[in-house]
Formats: sequence, structure tokens, C-alpha cells
Amino acid sequence: MLFVHGFGCDQHMWRLVAPAFADEHRIVTLDLVGAGGSDPAAWDPRRYDSLDAYADDILGVVRELDLHDVVLVGHSVSAMTGLLAAVAEPSRFAALVLIGPSPRYIDDDGYRGGFSAADIEELLASLDSNYLGWSTAMAPVIMGNAERPALGEELTASFCRMDPEIARQFARVTFLSDCRDALPEVRIPTLVLQCREDVIAPVEVGQYVADAIPDARMVLLDATGHCPHLSAPDDTIAAMRDFLGSRVGAA
Amino acid sequence: MSLADPADDAVAVHTDRARAAFLDALVLDDPVALYDSAPCGFLTTTPDGVIVKTNATFRTWVQREAADLVGETSFVDLLTVGSRLYYGTHLGPLLLMAGRVQEVALDILRPDGTRLPVLVNASLARGDDGRPRAVRIAVFDATERRSYERELLEAKQRAEELARTLQHTLIPPTVPAIAGLEVAAAYHPAGHGTDVGGDFYDVFEVGDDEWVVTLGDVCGKGYEAAIVTSLVRHTIRALCVTERSPSAVLAALDEVLQHHETDRFCTAVLLRLRREGDGWSIDIGIGGHPRPLLLRRGSAPEPCAGRGPLLGVLHDATFEESTVRLGPGDALLLYTDGITEGRRGDEMYGEDRLLATAARIGPRPHELVDALTAAVLEFQDGTLRDDVAVVALGVPG
Repeated sequence: MLFVHGFGCDQHMWRLVAPAFADEHRIVTLDLVGAGGSDPAAWDPRRYDSLDAYADDILGVVRELDLHDVVLVGHSVSAMTGLLAAVAEPSRFAALVLIGPSPRYIDDDGYRGGFSAADIEELLASLDSNYLGWSTAMAPVIMGNAERPALGEELTASFCRMDPEIARQFARVTFLSDCRDALPEVRIPTLVLQCREDVIAPVEVGQYVADAIPDARMVLLDATGHCPHLSAPDDTIAAMRDFLGSRVGAA
Repeated sequence: MSLADPADDAVAVHTDRARAAFLDALVLDDPVALYDSAPCGFLTTTPDGVIVKTNATFRTWVQREAADLVGETSFVDLLTVGSRLYYGTHLGPLLLMAGRVQEVALDILRPDGTRLPVLVNASLARGDDGRPRAVRIAVFDATERRSYERELLEAKQRAEELARTLQHTLIPPTVPAIAGLEVAAAYHPAGHGTDVGGDFYDVFEVGDDEWVVTLGDVCGKGYEAAIVTSLVRHTIRALCVTERSPSAVLAALDEVLQHHETDRFCTAVLLRLRREGDGWSIDIGIGGHPRPLLLRRGSAPEPCAGRGPLLGVLHDATFEESTVRLGPGDALLLYTDGITEGRRGDEMYGEDRLLATAARIGPRPHELVDALTAAVLEFQDGTLRDDVAVVALGVPG
């Protein structure tokens, strides 16, 4: 199983869910380029100007580790990049678990994604305000401070922190993307995990994704927010187990 | 509770009046009064975000009654859409993972349509079993701070824009095409490319089949160095209109720098190229700069011409001049000391590595420039300690 985190965070966000599958699956988690512990030198603004580059990176990991029958678990924007990867190289993938997916955030002629272009500009302004804390003085703290041993403390320092320029571009690429055309191309069983209240990916968007993918089902979790794998890990695990168990010969 | 004992020596209550004031404040601000009237907003939500209680300060700030908030509304519902997105992608996950967040900038949207910029601290209260039970949120009015931060951010963006613009004026964006001569050039400022540096080059036409190529290095970095760099480049251009000899141009430039208020000096190579038959005749003047490398097909690269004194330092300096001929297949390489003095720890890239790279590539201008800049960048693990400028000229054939 390959777990891919979404915009704003890193692979630490899987720590309540991924271990539950470690007995029956090989677990692979990764930090997207620009996030978490990824090599800062790997970031190239020209390359990462569309979701395709992130999908390419996922395929790169799959090929490098020579993974087959992959169950890809993608959160938020990585639900879509994971889906793009699975469409590009279907032979490697066995199933998709999409947590809080949205193929398009901005409303569009008969489609409701929940946001306007102005809302996205507002998010970018919000990023600017909040990354004021990303100063050169903060860098050593973010890189890991030996005087702060507790996991919680460490996470406060590093989790959800990203170079402001990278965050800005990733936000733009994420929230301006449109992956609706890729949905019908998915050829593998797909689970959409949807929270009943999610300001980022509303229920109707999750339903749209489940309806557009040929072999997909949606499970509505009794949870709020955009990260059920953090706020309702047990329900998330149960729904995923149920989905994986229902597939004969699941890898 | 030493604070509750007014007789305690540690509490500086010496007069009756002060003692009365102390007791008065102590009684007035009991925990309930403090909660409601604190100079910051307080609210508590369920782990899912539904508001459980708020203080009066918060309700005043968001212009809502308790009945509109409690049990019905989530904290995110009070935010602008941009802040909701930020909450969902950053604050929410961070709170669940780390148990607390601090100094997060959000905007609250009030019923009258106005926005209240706030800074938010929040912590997650867990039960004995580790399950999240409540979220405690403290909200600070950050109107003034945020408008000041916005001004700072805008000022920073303007300054960076200005630096980029200045930087563009300091280097020719592309080298002009010269009939019968292949020219390649590269300029890389030190660090991450946002500072202006002191290295420069220039290539310009002075007559039919006559060109001037110059490359140099003003000591220091930053705006002061950039001003001198600009002065040097334009002075060279002006002098070359009337003065044919590179050594005479350098002598005049030396004069100009000595009379300029700056105490910065500079080094430069100045070439005057004249097309002759199937090649070029090149007069070379050097002011304190590393000597150009001459690459002839079939022989090892070697420095040519004499070094000459620094520019802007010595009185009555004299500059030599020499002439080389570039025939088909020959090339000339100009570079700044950002190449040879590129550092890895105590080690420098050095002239030997430069000569080895030049010998390996041979007299091919574009390949030379690419290979050298790549090698020096790699030598310094991708971050240049000093500016690098390289120009290579070659006669095709």
C-alpha cells in the first residue's frame, strides 16, 4: 500500500492509519517534493507547475521499488495525482482509496466544486500571512532541534511547514487543477472516503467522483473536517478494511 | 498561593492605598470576570469544531449573540473562505497531530461583511484515554499587526522586484550574434540568485566587423558594488567610442574610478576584436584580472597576455596590451575568480581543475561555458559562494 499525503502536510499524517495495514501489506509512505523531509534541491518551479509532475513522481517511486498490485491511498490533492498515476500505468495498481478527493475546486458551468477563483486568491493571501513565520531564524528549528525530543514538539516544528514559495505554487497548482476528464478512465476498484462535513471537499464533490469512476463506491464517514485519517482513524481503517476485504485476491 | 497573601514580602504592597487597590483588583477579576472580559477572545469547541462556549470579548468582536454561536456554529463557519481552506489544509491537521497551534493568522468574516484579522492559538484537550475531548482557542485582534505585515510584505516584494530589475540592467540578457564568431556567456550571482553581485560582462559592436568584449569583477557585493559595476560598464562603452586601444581604455577607466567617491576597485579584461580573413585579430588589455585562456586545437589551453594592475587603486598605473589571432577552431575563454576561487571547505576549485576542464572540452564556446559553470556549481554543492561570469569566443571551423 502506497500512502500519499496532500497539500500542506507530510507523511506523518498517516501514522494513525498506515500501521493498521502493516501485517498484510507492505507499507510505503512518501513526502512529496517540497514537503516534509524531501530534498529541497529536488524542487524545480518549472517542473512542478502541474499535477502531472507529482503523478510522475508517484510512478517513479512505484517503478524504483518495483511495486505491483499497489493499493494507492491518496489524500486530498494526492487522491487526484494518485488517480492520474493509476490511469497512466494501470498495470501497476490494484485499487484506489481516495480520501477527501476533489477533481476540481472551482465552480464551473453546472459543476459545483465549492470555490470561486477569488477564494483561491484569498487562500494564497492566507498562506502569505502565515508563512511570515518561515524566517531564516526558524530554519534550524524546522530542520530538527535536539533539545526538543518529544514527537509532538518535533511535529509542531516541521509538520505543515513548507517553503513559502513552494507552498504558494503547490496551492495554485492544486486548487486550479481540473482532473474531471480522468475519472472515467480509472479501470480499478475505487473507494471514496468522504466526511459528512468538509469545507474543502464537500459531500456532493465526493459523490461526483464516485459516480464518474466506473467501479467506485463512496463511504460517508461520520466525521468532520478534511482529514478523517487524523480525526476518525478507527472509522477510516474500518472502511478501508471493508473495501479491501471485499476484493477477491486483494493484494 | 503566595499571591493571595497581601502580607507576603514578595508582594510589593507597602501602603494602605496600594493594599486597597490590590484587593480591589483581586476581587474584581475573579476567573469568571477574567474569562468574559479578557482582552482576547476565548472559545471552546468540540473536537469536530462545534462551538461550546465563548467569552463576551469574542462575541463582541464577531458581532454575534451566544445563541447564534453555541451548539450551532463551527469555528470554521466564522472564517473567510481562504481561511477555511487554510484551516482545513494546515491548522486542523496540525492541531490533531501536535495537539496545539500558535500564532496562526486567520480572517473572521462578520455579519456586516467586514473582516477581522486575528491571530489564533489553539490547543487540544485530551481525556485520560487519549481521545480528543475539546479544542481551546484564544483569539487576538491582529488588525494593526496584519496591515503592518502586509506593508512589509509589499515592501519586500518591491525591493526584490527592484533588485531583479537592477540585476537585469547589469548583464546583457543575451549575447548578440556575431558573424564569423561563436560567443557563449553565463552569469550566476552568488547564493540563491536574488542578490546583485559585482561580476559583469558586456559584448557590443564598435564598427563594421569590430567588437568589444569585456568581463570583470567589482570587489564586494550588494547595491554599492552594483552601482560601481554599472558605472564601469557604461564608462567602458563610452570610452570605446573614441578610444581604440584596450590599454588606453583601461587607463582612462582607472582614472574615472580613482576620482569616483567609491573606494571599491575592480578587475577587468577588455578585448577589441577585428575580423581578418578567416579569423579574428584580438587586442587584449588586462587590469588585475585572471588572464584569458587561449585554446588552440591540438594544444593544451594556456593563459595569454599580461595581468596588469588593479583598476582604481594605483596612481599613474600603466596597462600593457598584447594581440592574439584566433584562427578557425581556436577559442578564447574569459572568466572571473568565482570559478577558480569556488570553495569547498578549505579547498578551492583552482586553476588546475579549470585547465583540466578546458582541455577536456576543447575550443567549443557553448560546451566550455556549460561545462565550467556546471563543474563549479557541483564543486560547491549547488550554492555559489561568489558570483561567476564566463565568456567564451570561438572561430568556427
